[in-house]
Amino acid sequence: MMFLRYAIYRFITMLLTLWVVSILIFVIINLPPGDYLSNQIAELRATGQAEGVAKAEFLRTEYALDRPIWEQYLIWVGMAPGPQGWYGLIQGNFGWSFEFDRPVSEVVGDALWLTVLVNLAAVLFVYMVALPLGVIAAAKSETWVDYTAAFVGYLGLATPNFLLALMLFYYGNKYFDLPIGGLMAPEFEGEPMSWEKVRSILVHLIVPTFVIGTSGAAAMMQRLRANMLDELSKPYVETAKAKGLGPSKLLAKYPLRMAFNPFVADIGNLLPAMVSGSVLVSVVLGLQTIGPSLLTALKSQDQFLAGFVLMFVALLTLIGTMISDLLLVLLDPRIRYGARGS
Amino acid sequence: MKKLPDGRYVDEAPWSDDADLSALERSDMDAPNWVLVWRKFKRHKLGLISGIFLLLSYLMLPIAGFIAPYTPNERSADYLYAPPQSINFWHEGDFIGPYVYPTTATADLVNYRWTYETDTTRPMPLQFFCEGDRYNLFGFIPSDTHLFCAPEGATVFLWGSDRLGRDVFSRILYGAQLSLTVGLIGITVSFALGIFFGSIAGYFGGKTDWVINRAIEILRSLPELPLWLALSAAVPSNWGPVAVFFIISIILGILDWPGLARAVRSKFLSLREEEYVRAAEMMGAKPGRVIRRHLLPNFMSHLIASATLSIPAMILGETALSFLGLGLRAPAVSWGVMLNDAQNLASIEIYPWTAIPMLPIIFVVLAFNFLGDGLRASLDPYKS
Repeated sequence: MMFLRYAIYRFITMLLTLWVVSILIFVIINLPPGDYLSNQIAELRATGQAEGVAKAEFLRTEYALDRPIWEQYLIWVGMAPGPQGWYGLIQGNFGWSFEFDRPVSEVVGDALWLTVLVNLAAVLFVYMVALPLGVIAAAKSETWVDYTAAFVGYLGLATPNFLLALMLFYYGNKYFDLPIGGLMAPEFEGEPMSWEKVRSILVHLIVPTFVIGTSGAAAMMQRLRANMLDELSKPYVETAKAKGLGPSKLLAKYPLRMAFNPFVADIGNLLPAMVSGSVLVSVVLGLQTIGPSLLTALKSQDQFLAGFVLMFVALLTLIGTMISDLLLVLLDPRIRYGARGS
Repeated sequence: MKKLPDGRYVDEAPWSDDADLSALERSDMDAPNWVLVWRKFKRHKLGLISGIFLLLSYLMLPIAGFIAPYTPNERSADYLYAPPQSINFWHEGDFIGPYVYPTTATADLVNYRWTYETDTTRPMPLQFFCEGDRYNLFGFIPSDTHLFCAPEGATVFLWGSDRLGRDVFSRILYGAQLSLTVGLIGITVSFALGIFFGSIAGYFGGKTDWVINRAIEILRSLPELPLWLALSAAVPSNWGPVAVFFIISIILGILDWPGLARAVRSKFLSLREEEYVRAAEMMGAKPGRVIRRHLLPNFMSHLIASATLSIPAMILGETALSFLGLGLRAPAVSWGVMLNDAQNLASIEIYPWTAIPMLPIIFVVLAFNFLGDGLRASLDPYKS
């Protein structure tokens, strides 16, 4: 019951955060002077195409771009009636993409799920790599195992993601025959789900997952190692050793259990970095996630598309952080329920 | 020292009334903090080497134009995508000093690329302190003397040339001027914001603390890169390279302060309860003075160490933004702008040297990480 109350509290704070974030994002996408349509109108005027101007003017009123900025915001979010009535983000209308001349929901389409998939895969990768490596590095601290792990980790931190992506793609294709570009073989695009398609997606996921996950895994591994070392120097470990507990059981039973909590809590730091990385890597590798659409939208001031993508990315990280907070409460009974600071 | 039969130790030296009992056993026991820190830092070899490397890199920046044989946008139209050349010393067994072999380009119309023939019969010695293109030493002294340049009729592309026939080595030196300072300006912005918000949140507490804390949480939960992208997309395209450079570094700093502010805040929360703070307050010191004179100096060094650790993120951020075409733009030269050319698989396969700017990035980022680690480990000299 207490947990349920905490979960509800956490959910409400997430919604409030999301609301503040939406204001922030709306301000940011409106920072550039002018908007897509006014630029288009100016261009059409300059080339003397009168009928195009009329259409653009119509779209301007249709999407309330001629109103004051705060009204535009309320209409965009769906907290005030626009030209089509109450129809904003809250009501499930993601807006119109001027660049593609289609609704935003159609433009992004499958990309949303693929974005979630890529990020989930990367998070799983981080945990699967960082957990064993961090524990081994701590258990064998200051031996060659530790140093090698640290070296690889540092290299992962220091190499720019996009270059790692390019290199891995090139060599992966050359030596392991991994596919280049995209998230699935072209013949599966737009096809219904099938085993073949799932297999194709999985093979295509290898390189992106690796690239997005490396820096996160490196940081995570270092932190787990430090936590483990702290725990290993405590008296209870000595007692366990004196009792004659075997080395693997000694590690797994108490110290790992203790070091694991910060590991779960860390996802709040990890996720924003991963989502950032996935946007960048998607652009370089041409993955069909929302990264590339964000870039084109930002470059052409396609504000509703850009706004929606930014909102989605923020939502993704907020939900991830919320889940990690809830998991932490379940995992660690010492953490108190209720508001922080109470 | 003598041992008595009952096991006690007695000093044999005669007792003197003049001996100063409060004198230190070792003269360096009361050495100032920075000496102790430096002594400990010296033992962190990796951090020391990294520090020296970074120091040299930054010292190189103002004289980059002198070291580089070419200027960044100087084109050699006959040498597009020329491969790296080596500088040799011995020709057919004889030492003739540093020289290069001349190369000639031929168009390979089958594979549609340039191939380069090296003429190994004609060694051409390098020229030193020679005249080349004009550049500004320290940014304002016009000069045309270069440390070394190519002999007449040959080229010296140490790391090859790019799509437009520009020397990659020279461009990396020039690119360092922007890529390395982006981090410094960004960290200054982030430092100022972080300390300001962190200290007022921690010192005043209450509502101010609540508001700032929520802002920190929100900013920390957002992915940086998309926001960086969105903010830099708002930079007007008609701005000059210098203005764009400054605004980009400020953008990089704006999203980085929450982490620092959080550290400052938690430190302040505990420090503001100390007696000396209360004493200062009772003597009528204003909050600004208490924060600046009594609280901040306490952990400035820790802040500097953590700042060192967040510079690499900014350098990588600039690289990523420029790489995606939303950061610095040509004719400005930065490592990210250069890597923009290496964006496709074709150039990695055929012209791998266009990806060389990756190496300085990796080295600098690693060096900052090691330096930060070393600083952090040595800042508490009393802890072993």
